[in-house]
Amino acid sequence: MRYIARRLVIYAITLWAAISLNFLLPRLLPGNPADIMIAKLSRRGDVSDAQLESIRRLFGNPDASLWQQYLDYWGQLFQGDLGTSVQFYPSSVSSLIGSALPWSIGLVGVATVLSFIIGISLGMFAGWKRGTWVDHIVPSTTLLQSLPYFWVAMVLIYFFARENEWFPRTDGYDIWTFNNTEWSWAFAGSVIYHGILPAITIIISSVGGWLLGMRNMMVSTMGEDYVVTAEAKGLKKGRIMRTYGARNAMLPSIAGIGVSLGFVVSGFVVMEQVFSYPGIGKLMIEGVEGNDYALMQGVFLVITLTVLAAMFITDLVYGLIDPRARQNA
Amino acid sequence: MSDAPTADATVAPEVPVTAGTHEHVGADGTRDVANAEAVITARNVHIEYEVDPVAVRAVRGVDLTVYRGEILGLAGESGCGKSTLAYGLNRLLKAPALMTEGEVTFHDRTDGVDTDIDVLALDGDQLRAFRWDKISMVFQGAMNSLNPVIKIRKQLFDVFTTHRPGMTDDAMEERSRELLELVGVDPDRINSYAHELSGGMRQRVMIAMALALEPQLMIMDEPTTALDVVVQRDIIREIMRLREIFGFAVIFITHDLPMLLEISDRVAIMLEGQIVERGTAHQIYTNAQHDYTKKLLSSFPSLTGERGSFVRGGEDL
Repeated sequence: MRYIARRLVIYAITLWAAISLNFLLPRLLPGNPADIMIAKLSRRGDVSDAQLESIRRLFGNPDASLWQQYLDYWGQLFQGDLGTSVQFYPSSVSSLIGSALPWSIGLVGVATVLSFIIGISLGMFAGWKRGTWVDHIVPSTTLLQSLPYFWVAMVLIYFFARENEWFPRTDGYDIWTFNNTEWSWAFAGSVIYHGILPAITIIISSVGGWLLGMRNMMVSTMGEDYVVTAEAKGLKKGRIMRTYGARNAMLPSIAGIGVSLGFVVSGFVVMEQVFSYPGIGKLMIEGVEGNDYALMQGVFLVITLTVLAAMFITDLVYGLIDPRARQNA
Repeated sequence: MSDAPTADATVAPEVPVTAGTHEHVGADGTRDVANAEAVITARNVHIEYEVDPVAVRAVRGVDLTVYRGEILGLAGESGCGKSTLAYGLNRLLKAPALMTEGEVTFHDRTDGVDTDIDVLALDGDQLRAFRWDKISMVFQGAMNSLNPVIKIRKQLFDVFTTHRPGMTDDAMEERSRELLELVGVDPDRINSYAHELSGGMRQRVMIAMALALEPQLMIMDEPTTALDVVVQRDIIREIMRLREIFGFAVIFITHDLPMLLEISDRVAIMLEGQIVERGTAHQIYTNAQHDYTKKLLSSFPSLTGERGSFVRGGEDL
């Protein structure tokens, strides 16, 4: 329990720093969202002083001190208020993110977990079979690793959605059949069907890294004394491979999930754009294109929070599987 | 005797000694051979490391017999092939190491029935069943022989679930605690992880594990190397005590010749992949023949600090 408590403190500090930066950075940039909104409105005609004032009020209180703004920002955060979008006016940023987030977390989460499991299993196997023909296949996985997400996505679309129309090219579900998201088997099936190509994109581009890392750790773990001991004990091969080999070899991979998450995030932003997937990545690009500060800020915040949450979960898992971490950390 | 060991003819004949009787052995090593029964016999063992550019011949034509209940000390410098030989006896060699020639026979005695097992012919499940049940091992890595991420309990249970499939969890728990108590570790330590134990305790746990199936032979590959001298002494005493109780034979590998002379019934000196001298501990101590043995003995100072006095210093062992 002390392990979890210590982790919580560290993450609380990180969270505070991330949110504060998220508050501070846009305010250091030139320009402000109210001016953009006003400029948009002026194109359609004159804007009255009252309108100007209400727009300024709507996007915050620029007359207040930075400190006061900071406090207000925290107050709004606790109410779940991330401001109003310019691009999708008058939708609130929280509602936009709320409808996009499940798509991204579902897709990226499932695909990353799948990629991890596949990579670790194959890596375990490759490490176990070291010194055989398997060793010649391993280097080719680094090639997969070096392919950019968007390129893999386009190749997949070309072959499996255009040349052969096996999979849909866009969207997260069949928008012609379903008017809105709903809870039904048919809808779930449609979501999975639409998610297959994007998921494969993520898996193809990230599985190689897991595989290679796991394979190398597995090879060095197999030389450890406790593995030789396990062999001398006459244990079954599967038992040695999993409980004595892989169980120890996967520790660095799990510790590395946190680091690789940043890569995953940057990847899915592009990937969602290619597939027109209704997730956070697409929302972010739309926000950037429309100079929608509130939306960008909200998306950055949510991404930061998600990565932190994912790292926290990996930390907990790591604590579960490595007794030494529980004691020292 | 020649310094360069080339043929087995230069090697002293093997002399069987039953447990704890080396005081009564004559200086010439003659003994009543009929009384002693071998537990393992290795003949003309050759082991090579198949590496570029030339294969390294780590073990070159070694004959070795271990008798029931005796402690056979195997001494030699690092790289002389003593560990490789021990691994070979239990078929633990991994590529690039390869036993190119030789035979290893284990003279099994289970419930009063004697069977000879051709160790080199075992494979797959037979080999798995043979390991630990007949020959268990204690490795030199006192610090790393235990899996760091699973509890002591699970690692002890592993031995039973593999070799004694019918055993209930309660029986395994009881037996494991009994074993830990036997080696002087608090039975509640069964809930610990390796990193929660000291080096000495880890090695005791390993010895408990090696005892689990009451094997007839235990190979100890420098079991005390990573430990300080006081703990070393405790562990050695523990091994001697347990051997008195269970009567297993021990192949004790070390480069610490004085210690070996103290605990072993017989000692074999290994150099460059061959056994250059063998005899009872007393013989080696008082009447070493081979130049290398003499050199080894003279390299240990006595308590008075005089180099070489160890060899002729009488009983101040």
